[in-house]
Amino acid sequence: MTTPHCPECDAEISIPANAMENELISCPDCGTELEIISLNPITLDLAPEVEEDWGE
Amino acid sequence: MRIGILITHIRAEEKLLISAFQARGIEPDIILDRDLNFDVIAGSGQLAPSGVAWSEYDVVMERSVSTSRGLYALALLNSWGIATINRYDTASICADKLRTTIALAQAGVPQPSTRVAFDPDSAMKAIGDLGYPAVLKPVTGSWGRLLARVNDSDSAEAIIEHRQTLGDYNHHTYYVQSYINKPGRDIRAFVVGDRTICAIYRTSPHWITNTARGGQASNCPVTPELNDLCIRAAQAVGGGILAIDVLEDADGQLLINEINHTMEFRNSSAPTGVDIPTEVVNHALNTIGVTA
Repeated sequence: MTTPHCPECDAEISIPANAMENELISCPDCGTELEIISLNPITLDLAPEVEEDWGE
Repeated sequence: MRIGILITHIRAEEKLLISAFQARGIEPDIILDRDLNFDVIAGSGQLAPSGVAWSEYDVVMERSVSTSRGLYALALLNSWGIATINRYDTASICADKLRTTIALAQAGVPQPSTRVAFDPDSAMKAIGDLGYPAVLKPVTGSWGRLLARVNDSDSAEAIIEHRQTLGDYNHHTYYVQSYINKPGRDIRAFVVGDRTICAIYRTSPHWITNTARGGQASNCPVTPELNDLCIRAAQAVGGGILAIDVLEDADGQLLINEINHTMEFRNSSAPTGVDIPTEVVNHALNTIGVTA
Protein backbone atom coordinates (compact mmCIF):
# COMPACT_ATOMS: atom_id res chain seq x y z
CA MET A 1 0.00 0.00 0.00
CA THR A 2 1.29 3.45 -0.88
CA THR A 3 1.94 5.67 2.10
CA PRO A 4 -0.21 8.78 1.84
CA HIS A 5 1.39 12.19 1.95
CA CYS A 6 0.19 15.51 3.22
CA PRO A 7 -1.10 17.53 0.25
CA GLU A 8 0.26 20.67 1.91
CA CYS A 9 3.81 19.75 3.00
CA ASP A 10 4.28 16.27 1.51
CA ALA A 11 5.02 14.65 4.88
CA GLU A 12 4.15 10.98 5.22
CA ILE A 13 0.85 10.51 7.03
CA SER A 14 0.10 7.52 9.21
CA ILE A 15 -3.56 6.59 8.95
CA PRO A 16 -5.07 5.16 12.16
CA ALA A 17 -6.36 1.60 11.90
CA ASN A 18 -9.88 2.69 12.84
CA ALA A 19 -9.92 5.64 10.46
CA MET A 20 -13.16 6.45 8.65
CA GLU A 21 -13.91 8.15 5.37
CA ASN A 22 -14.57 11.87 5.84
CA GLU A 23 -12.70 11.87 9.14
CA LEU A 24 -10.54 14.86 9.95
CA ILE A 25 -6.90 14.28 10.86
CA SER A 26 -3.95 16.59 11.34
CA CYS A 27 -0.62 16.43 9.56
CA PRO A 28 1.98 15.74 12.28
CA ASP A 29 4.55 17.86 10.46
CA CYS A 30 2.78 21.03 9.36
CA GLY A 31 -0.39 20.78 11.45
CA THR A 32 -2.68 21.23 8.47
CA GLU A 33 -6.12 19.75 8.99
CA LEU A 34 -6.83 17.05 6.43
CA GLU A 35 -9.88 15.05 5.44
CA ILE A 36 -9.70 11.38 4.55
CA ILE A 37 -11.60 11.42 1.27
CA SER A 38 -11.20 7.71 0.61
CA LEU A 39 -9.81 4.71 2.47
CA ASN A 40 -9.36 2.48 -0.55
CA PRO A 41 -7.19 3.82 -1.98
CA ILE A 42 -6.25 6.24 0.77
CA THR A 43 -6.85 9.74 -0.50
CA LEU A 44 -6.30 12.86 1.55
CA ASP A 45 -7.33 16.41 0.83
CA LEU A 46 -7.16 19.66 2.71
CA ALA A 47 -10.08 19.94 5.12
CA PRO A 48 -12.52 22.70 4.27
CA GLU A 49 -11.83 26.08 5.80
CA VAL A 50 -13.90 26.94 8.86
CA GLU A 51 -16.92 28.97 7.81
CA GLU A 52 -18.69 31.67 9.76
CA ASP A 53 -21.66 29.45 10.60
CA TRP A 54 -19.62 26.52 11.89
CA GLY A 55 -19.98 25.59 15.50
CA GLU A 56 -22.07 23.79 18.07
CA MET B 1 -34.55 0.03 12.10
CA ARG B 2 -32.65 2.68 10.19
CA ILE B 3 -30.68 5.54 11.72
CA GLY B 4 -29.04 8.38 9.80
CA ILE B 5 -26.31 10.69 11.04
CA LEU B 6 -26.04 13.94 9.13
CA ILE B 7 -22.51 15.29 9.22
CA THR B 8 -20.23 17.85 7.61
CA HIS B 9 -17.28 15.57 8.30
CA ILE B 10 -16.34 13.09 10.98
CA ARG B 11 -14.86 14.57 14.14
CA ALA B 12 -14.15 12.87 17.44
CA GLU B 13 -17.77 13.28 18.54
CA GLU B 14 -19.26 11.67 15.44
CA LYS B 15 -16.83 8.78 15.69
CA LEU B 16 -17.81 8.21 19.32
CA LEU B 17 -21.51 8.33 18.44
CA ILE B 18 -21.07 5.86 15.59
CA SER B 19 -19.23 3.51 17.95
CA ALA B 20 -22.00 3.85 20.51
CA PHE B 21 -24.61 2.95 17.89
CA GLN B 22 -22.50 -0.03 16.82
CA ALA B 23 -22.31 -1.14 20.45
CA ARG B 24 -26.12 -1.34 20.32
CA GLY B 25 -25.89 -3.44 17.17
CA ILE B 26 -26.85 -0.62 14.83
CA GLU B 27 -24.84 0.56 11.84
CA PRO B 28 -25.99 4.11 11.17
CA ASP B 29 -25.98 5.59 7.66
CA ILE B 30 -23.53 8.44 7.36
CA ILE B 31 -25.03 11.28 5.32
CA LEU B 32 -22.73 14.09 4.26
CA ASP B 33 -24.38 17.50 4.21
CA ARG B 34 -22.27 18.43 1.17
CA ASP B 35 -24.13 15.70 -0.77
CA LEU B 36 -27.62 16.95 0.09
CA ASN B 37 -29.73 17.83 -2.92
CA PHE B 38 -33.32 18.06 -1.78
CA ASP B 39 -36.35 18.33 -4.00
CA VAL B 40 -38.14 20.61 -1.59
CA ILE B 41 -41.57 19.88 -3.03
CA ALA B 42 -41.35 16.13 -3.58
CA GLY B 43 -41.43 14.97 0.03
CA SER B 44 -39.99 12.12 2.01
CA GLY B 45 -40.17 9.44 -0.69
CA GLN B 46 -37.11 10.84 -2.45
CA LEU B 47 -33.75 9.23 -1.89
CA ALA B 48 -31.22 10.52 0.60
CA PRO B 49 -27.56 10.56 -0.54
CA SER B 50 -27.28 7.17 1.17
CA GLY B 51 -29.56 5.72 -1.54
CA VAL B 52 -32.33 5.12 0.97
CA ALA B 53 -35.62 7.02 0.91
CA TRP B 54 -35.74 9.62 3.65
CA SER B 55 -39.04 8.11 4.78
CA GLU B 56 -37.18 4.90 5.70
CA TYR B 57 -35.29 6.60 8.51
CA ASP B 58 -36.64 6.12 12.00
CA VAL B 59 -34.56 9.03 13.20
CA VAL B 60 -31.88 11.28 11.76
CA MET B 61 -29.30 12.68 14.15
CA GLU B 62 -28.12 16.09 12.97
CA ARG B 63 -24.42 16.56 13.67
CA SER B 64 -23.48 19.10 11.00
CA VAL B 65 -20.81 21.53 12.04
CA SER B 66 -22.39 23.83 9.48
CA THR B 67 -25.28 25.45 11.31
CA SER B 68 -27.09 26.61 8.16
CA ARG B 69 -26.94 23.22 6.47
CA GLY B 70 -28.07 21.46 9.63
CA LEU B 71 -30.97 23.82 10.25
CA TYR B 72 -32.35 23.68 6.72
CA ALA B 73 -32.03 19.90 6.65
CA LEU B 74 -33.92 19.67 9.95
CA ALA B 75 -36.61 22.03 8.64
CA LEU B 76 -37.16 19.84 5.58
CA LEU B 77 -37.03 16.51 7.39
CA ASN B 78 -39.40 17.65 10.13
CA SER B 79 -41.78 19.09 7.54
CA TRP B 80 -41.93 15.58 6.07
CA GLY B 81 -42.64 14.05 9.46
CA ILE B 82 -39.21 12.49 9.89
CA ALA B 83 -37.98 12.35 13.47
CA THR B 84 -34.72 14.18 14.09
CA ILE B 85 -32.40 14.88 16.97
CA ASN B 86 -32.65 17.70 17.67
CA ARG B 87 -35.89 18.96 16.21
CA TYR B 88 -35.82 22.04 14.01
CA ASP B 89 -37.86 24.10 16.43
CA THR B 90 -35.31 23.58 19.18
CA ALA B 91 -32.23 23.89 16.98
CA SER B 92 -33.38 27.10 15.35
CA ILE B 93 -33.89 28.75 18.73
CA CYS B 94 -30.50 27.59 20.03
CA ALA B 95 -28.75 28.76 16.87
CA ASP B 96 -29.91 32.31 17.53
CA LYS B 97 -28.78 33.94 20.77
CA LEU B 98 -31.57 36.50 20.71
CA ARG B 99 -34.27 33.88 20.23
CA THR B 100 -32.68 31.85 23.03
CA THR B 101 -32.80 34.87 25.32
CA ILE B 102 -36.46 35.42 24.43
CA ALA B 103 -37.31 31.77 25.15
CA LEU B 104 -35.49 31.83 28.48
CA ALA B 105 -37.17 35.11 29.44
CA GLN B 106 -40.59 33.68 28.63
CA ALA B 107 -39.84 30.72 30.87
CA GLY B 108 -38.49 32.88 33.68
CA VAL B 109 -35.05 31.25 33.55
CA PRO B 110 -32.29 33.47 35.01
CA GLN B 111 -29.80 34.88 32.50
CA PRO B 112 -27.59 37.96 32.19
CA SER B 113 -29.29 41.27 31.49
CA THR B 114 -29.56 41.56 27.72
CA ARG B 115 -30.47 44.30 25.28
CA VAL B 116 -30.70 44.39 21.51
CA ALA B 117 -30.45 47.35 19.13
CA PHE B 118 -30.18 47.74 15.37
CA ASP B 119 -28.60 51.13 14.89
CA PRO B 120 -25.11 52.29 15.97
CA ASP B 121 -26.39 55.13 18.16
CA SER B 122 -29.01 52.89 19.73
CA ALA B 123 -26.35 50.22 20.27
CA MET B 124 -24.18 52.73 22.13
CA LYS B 125 -27.17 53.61 24.28
CA ALA B 126 -27.96 49.92 24.89
CA ILE B 127 -24.43 49.29 26.10
CA GLY B 128 -24.54 52.40 28.27
CA ASP B 129 -27.87 51.28 29.72
CA LEU B 130 -26.32 47.97 30.77
CA GLY B 131 -23.11 49.61 32.00
CA TYR B 132 -19.47 48.83 31.33
CA PRO B 133 -18.03 46.29 30.94
CA ALA B 134 -20.53 44.64 28.65
CA VAL B 135 -20.29 41.84 26.10
CA LEU B 136 -21.20 42.26 22.45
CA LYS B 137 -22.01 39.03 20.65
CA PRO B 138 -23.08 38.13 17.15
CA VAL B 139 -26.58 36.64 17.37
CA THR B 140 -25.34 33.62 15.44
CA GLY B 141 -21.96 31.98 15.73
CA SER B 142 -20.11 29.64 18.00
CA TRP B 143 -16.76 28.71 19.54
CA GLY B 144 -16.44 32.16 21.07
CA ARG B 145 -15.91 33.84 17.71
CA LEU B 146 -16.26 37.62 17.56
CA LEU B 147 -17.26 38.01 21.18
CA ALA B 148 -16.12 41.36 22.48
CA ARG B 149 -15.84 42.51 26.08
CA VAL B 150 -16.47 46.21 25.86
CA ASN B 151 -14.76 48.03 28.70
CA ASP B 152 -15.54 51.65 27.81
CA SER B 153 -17.34 53.84 25.31
CA ASP B 154 -14.23 54.28 23.16
CA SER B 155 -13.97 50.57 22.51
CA ALA B 156 -17.75 50.33 22.05
CA GLU B 157 -17.61 52.97 19.31
CA ALA B 158 -14.73 51.21 17.60
CA ILE B 159 -16.35 47.77 17.65
CA ILE B 160 -19.68 49.11 16.45
CA GLU B 161 -18.03 51.05 13.62
CA HIS B 162 -16.09 47.95 12.56
CA ARG B 163 -19.19 45.78 12.61
CA GLN B 164 -21.22 48.38 10.78
CA THR B 165 -18.53 48.81 8.10
CA LEU B 166 -17.07 45.33 7.72
CA GLY B 167 -19.87 43.01 8.77
CA ASP B 168 -22.86 41.81 6.82
CA TYR B 169 -26.37 42.57 8.04
CA ASN B 170 -26.13 39.86 10.69
CA HIS B 171 -23.51 41.95 12.45
CA HIS B 172 -25.77 44.99 12.44
CA THR B 173 -27.94 43.38 15.08
CA TYR B 174 -26.30 44.51 18.31
CA TYR B 175 -26.93 41.90 20.98
CA VAL B 176 -25.32 42.98 24.20
CA GLN B 177 -25.21 41.46 27.67
CA SER B 178 -23.96 42.54 31.04
CA TYR B 179 -20.49 41.18 31.68
CA ILE B 180 -20.65 38.57 34.42
CA ASN B 181 -17.55 38.59 36.60
CA LYS B 182 -17.34 34.83 36.85
CA PRO B 183 -14.74 33.03 38.98
CA GLY B 184 -12.30 32.16 36.17
CA ARG B 185 -14.58 29.44 34.90
CA ASP B 186 -18.00 28.68 33.60
CA ILE B 187 -20.08 25.51 33.56
CA ARG B 188 -20.95 23.38 30.54
CA ALA B 189 -23.85 21.07 31.43
CA PHE B 190 -25.04 18.24 29.22
CA VAL B 191 -28.77 17.68 29.11
CA VAL B 192 -30.11 14.52 27.53
CA GLY B 193 -33.89 14.45 27.54
CA ASP B 194 -35.06 15.23 31.04
CA ARG B 195 -31.72 14.72 32.80
CA THR B 196 -28.55 16.69 33.27
CA ILE B 197 -26.24 13.72 32.79
CA CYS B 198 -23.02 15.53 33.74
CA ALA B 199 -21.28 18.87 33.71
CA ILE B 200 -17.79 20.29 33.46
CA TYR B 201 -16.12 23.42 34.64
CA ARG B 202 -14.29 25.21 31.85
CA THR B 203 -11.44 27.06 33.47
CA SER B 204 -9.36 29.67 31.71
CA PRO B 205 -7.38 32.81 32.56
CA HIS B 206 -9.17 34.34 29.56
CA TRP B 207 -12.73 35.59 30.01
CA ILE B 208 -13.76 33.37 27.06
CA THR B 209 -13.68 29.87 28.51
CA ASN B 210 -14.71 27.71 25.54
CA THR B 211 -12.64 24.54 25.32
CA ALA B 212 -12.29 25.39 21.61
CA ARG B 213 -10.38 28.43 22.89
CA GLY B 214 -8.23 26.59 25.41
CA GLY B 215 -10.50 26.31 28.44
CA GLN B 216 -9.58 23.32 30.62
CA ALA B 217 -12.29 20.80 31.46
CA SER B 218 -12.80 19.36 34.94
CA ASN B 219 -15.74 17.67 36.61
CA CYS B 220 -18.55 19.85 37.93
CA PRO B 221 -20.94 18.08 40.30
CA VAL B 222 -24.53 18.18 39.09
CA THR B 223 -26.30 19.62 42.10
CA PRO B 224 -30.10 19.61 42.30
CA GLU B 225 -29.95 23.39 41.71
CA LEU B 226 -27.84 23.02 38.56
CA ASN B 227 -29.96 20.15 37.28
CA ASP B 228 -33.21 22.04 37.87
CA LEU B 229 -31.91 25.17 36.15
CA CYS B 230 -30.60 23.26 33.13
CA ILE B 231 -33.77 21.24 32.68
CA ARG B 232 -35.83 24.42 32.83
CA ALA B 233 -33.53 26.00 30.25
CA ALA B 234 -33.71 22.96 28.00
CA GLN B 235 -37.48 22.85 28.22
CA ALA B 236 -37.64 26.57 27.42
CA VAL B 237 -36.09 25.90 24.00
CA GLY B 238 -38.07 22.74 23.33
CA GLY B 239 -35.85 20.07 24.87
CA GLY B 240 -33.62 17.43 23.34
CA ILE B 241 -29.90 16.81 23.55
CA LEU B 242 -28.33 20.08 24.55
CA ALA B 243 -25.17 21.58 25.99
CA ILE B 244 -25.99 24.42 28.32
CA ASP B 245 -23.46 27.07 29.28
CA VAL B 246 -23.96 28.41 32.77
CA LEU B 247 -22.30 31.39 34.44
CA GLU B 248 -21.78 31.87 38.16
CA ASP B 249 -22.10 35.52 39.15
CA ALA B 250 -20.31 37.20 42.05
CA ASP B 251 -23.15 36.21 44.40
CA GLY B 252 -22.99 32.59 43.31
CA GLN B 253 -26.25 32.77 41.37
CA LEU B 254 -26.37 30.58 38.28
CA LEU B 255 -27.28 32.23 34.97
CA ILE B 256 -27.87 30.59 31.61
CA ASN B 257 -25.47 31.96 29.02
CA GLU B 258 -26.04 29.91 25.87
CA ILE B 259 -27.59 26.65 24.71
CA ASN B 260 -25.94 24.53 22.01
CA HIS B 261 -27.90 22.08 19.89
CA THR B 262 -25.04 20.09 18.29
CA MET B 263 -22.88 19.72 21.34
CA GLU B 264 -19.22 18.88 21.39
CA PHE B 265 -18.22 16.54 24.19
CA ARG B 266 -14.89 14.95 23.29
CA ASN B 267 -13.18 16.45 26.36
CA SER B 268 -16.00 15.85 28.79
CA SER B 269 -16.49 12.10 29.25
CA ALA B 270 -13.09 11.60 30.88
CA PRO B 271 -13.36 14.26 33.63
CA THR B 272 -17.00 13.43 34.40
CA GLY B 273 -16.78 9.65 34.14
CA VAL B 274 -20.02 9.70 32.15
CA ASP B 275 -20.17 7.93 28.81
CA ILE B 276 -21.80 10.83 26.98
CA PRO B 277 -22.07 9.24 23.52
CA THR B 278 -23.75 6.15 24.96
CA GLU B 279 -26.20 8.33 26.89
CA VAL B 280 -26.97 10.25 23.69
CA VAL B 281 -27.47 7.10 21.63
CA ASN B 282 -29.63 5.46 24.30
CA HIS B 283 -31.81 8.56 24.37
CA ALA B 284 -32.05 8.65 20.59
CA LEU B 285 -33.17 5.04 20.54
CA ASN B 286 -35.61 5.59 23.40
CA THR B 287 -37.29 8.34 21.40
CA ILE B 288 -38.16 5.80 18.72
CA GLY B 289 -39.25 3.17 21.18
CA VAL B 290 -36.07 1.07 21.29
CA THR B 291 -35.08 0.38 24.88
CA ALA B 292 -31.76 -0.94 26.12
